[in-house]
Amino acid sequence: MSRHRNIYMTDELQAIYDQTVEFVSKEVLPHGEAWEEEGKVPRQVLSQMGELGMLSLRIPEEHGGLGLGPLASATFSEALGASTFAGFDVTVLVHTDMAGPHLVNSGTPEQLERWLPGVVSGQTVLSIGVSEPDAGSDVAGIRTSAVKDGDGWRLNGTKTFITNAVYGDMTILAAKTDPDNKYGITMFLIPSETEGFEVAKKLNKHGWLCSDTAELVLTDVFIPDDQVLGTVHRGFYETMKNFQNERMVLIGMGVGAAQAAIDQTLAYTQERKAFGGHLYDLGAIRQRMAMNQARIDAARASMYHAAWMGEQGADNVKAMSGAKAFGCEVINQVMYDCVQFHGGMGYMRETPVERMYRDARILPIGGGATEVMLEEVAKRSIMG
Amino acid sequence: MKVVVCVKQIPDPADPGALDPETKTLKRDMKLILDESDSYGVEMALQLVDAAGEGEVTLVSMAPNNERSGLSTALAMGAASATLVSDPALQGSDSLTTAKVLAAAIKDQSPDLVIAGSESSDGYTGTVPEQIAGVLDLPSVTAAKSITVDGSSIKVQRQTDAGHDDVECPMPCVVSVTAGVVEPRYPSFKGIMAAKSKPVDEKTAADLGFDADAVGWAGAGQEIVDVAEAPQREAGEIVEDDGEAYTRIVGFLEELKII
Repeated sequence: MSRHRNIYMTDELQAIYDQTVEFVSKEVLPHGEAWEEEGKVPRQVLSQMGELGMLSLRIPEEHGGLGLGPLASATFSEALGASTFAGFDVTVLVHTDMAGPHLVNSGTPEQLERWLPGVVSGQTVLSIGVSEPDAGSDVAGIRTSAVKDGDGWRLNGTKTFITNAVYGDMTILAAKTDPDNKYGITMFLIPSETEGFEVAKKLNKHGWLCSDTAELVLTDVFIPDDQVLGTVHRGFYETMKNFQNERMVLIGMGVGAAQAAIDQTLAYTQERKAFGGHLYDLGAIRQRMAMNQARIDAARASMYHAAWMGEQGADNVKAMSGAKAFGCEVINQVMYDCVQFHGGMGYMRETPVERMYRDARILPIGGGATEVMLEEVAKRSIMG
Repeated sequence: MKVVVCVKQIPDPADPGALDPETKTLKRDMKLILDESDSYGVEMALQLVDAAGEGEVTLVSMAPNNERSGLSTALAMGAASATLVSDPALQGSDSLTTAKVLAAAIKDQSPDLVIAGSESSDGYTGTVPEQIAGVLDLPSVTAAKSITVDGSSIKVQRQTDAGHDDVECPMPCVVSVTAGVVEPRYPSFKGIMAAKSKPVDEKTAADLGFDADAVGWAGAGQEIVDVAEAPQREAGEIVEDDGEAYTRIVGFLEELKII
């Protein structure tokens, strides 16, 4: 009579959750601070995850993966959040759930055969190159261009905020291929060693310090036709196919981290003595922590429900957008309170919630800002 | 080579445990996990079969409510199949009854080697492996830190206070392994998915030939008369260092015969 964390979990997903939490407890938590200092997740830990099949939940079985759906990604991302090092979590999730699905969804049989073994094993770490200095959530506004040149394409432009692109191995990159159509975008597979494809800068961030983030410059980069991913000029629509998954795992890792922050704050306030008792004896604190738990429970439930809709093949844009807007905002509210209730210790770099508070700030911005998410909900809520 | 590993499924030690006030035993009606001390036995068995190049590892477990979460973990690590003995009549079984039941489940499999953890992390009797050996009339080796197969016998490094003894034992036999001597592998995600299709043979006490009055509370040779809260730890002595505190520390260590 196994007890599962939610109604959508099978025995196998519960085991994947438990196994992932155990893995990050042993292999990430003890080393995370050093990785933050270094600004890098060691390749060895990604390879270890590859060997254990942790990078291939969404890869089809015929290509060495598990062939699972959105609920598996939701479960995995929440479990990763228990690491408390969101920079590590996002390094993994960009590879598995933000970049990888584009290759799986749009790759030709030859491309899948060529690239997926490395993706599964962790030898080919992926990044997704869409954002530009003048185009983030507004994907159609990208300026990086690709012009047909013989048996390939010539690319020029700049990409920014690209997670995994400093130390990663291949970027799945969006470029404008039809100058007369703002949606005329094509996706390209660009290995990091490609001539003219340079890391201009390793970006210095507010949080996610062990995750590497790049500004990329493309100068007359030649990409052969067999590295075009999907249909020419259709990249915008193909990119959109994975938006819900990308949003979901950002909620998931944030919910996992927020739960860890709540647990740490409950422990601290029940231990810390003040005003003749424990901090937790104060109604102002215990009631707000109770509300924080309720908020995170609601964020978690709405994420799994939207994931379940996706698993059924239903349109979950409204549900996932709402879950992303609500979830990522409340995760930040929870982190704020967790720092607050740690008092001065919450402001110290040695206290995990200080880091988790910084790490969470990007969640309502990346993968679709809260304002964009709310518009997705609002325009689907017009009656009549 | 066929290795049977006895695995216990226990309440998660990370959660606060509770005693059933009626039976005065640990409540076990929640999700159970693989006892960490048994994960070493599973790992050792898998390594032995890998080294032999043939054979399989199977599991035997006794648990309430047909619970198999912990078994699933061991199956995901690489064990081929499991026998799960689950029967309300078994509630309250003492260590000897447990050993008899497990021995009955093991006997039909005719293994070359039976491996068990030295002691469980919830009960700590530390007697079941040797009792299984006694019931099956097999030789047993305790506190193994390594096992190698040598023809029809095994060579065991048996942990002692001073180091280890080298012991040789003919197979079939029962070996209890010391916790922490090998690094149990993480189950791979593929292993987790494959575990659901591995056979788990569920048996009752009657299936193994036991009458209800010979097992559980009825058959137990022990009775839990009372349980009490563990006494609070007393506060330690605080020695203010006036420059001579070391003499008090030396005296304290001498009292304990540490120096």
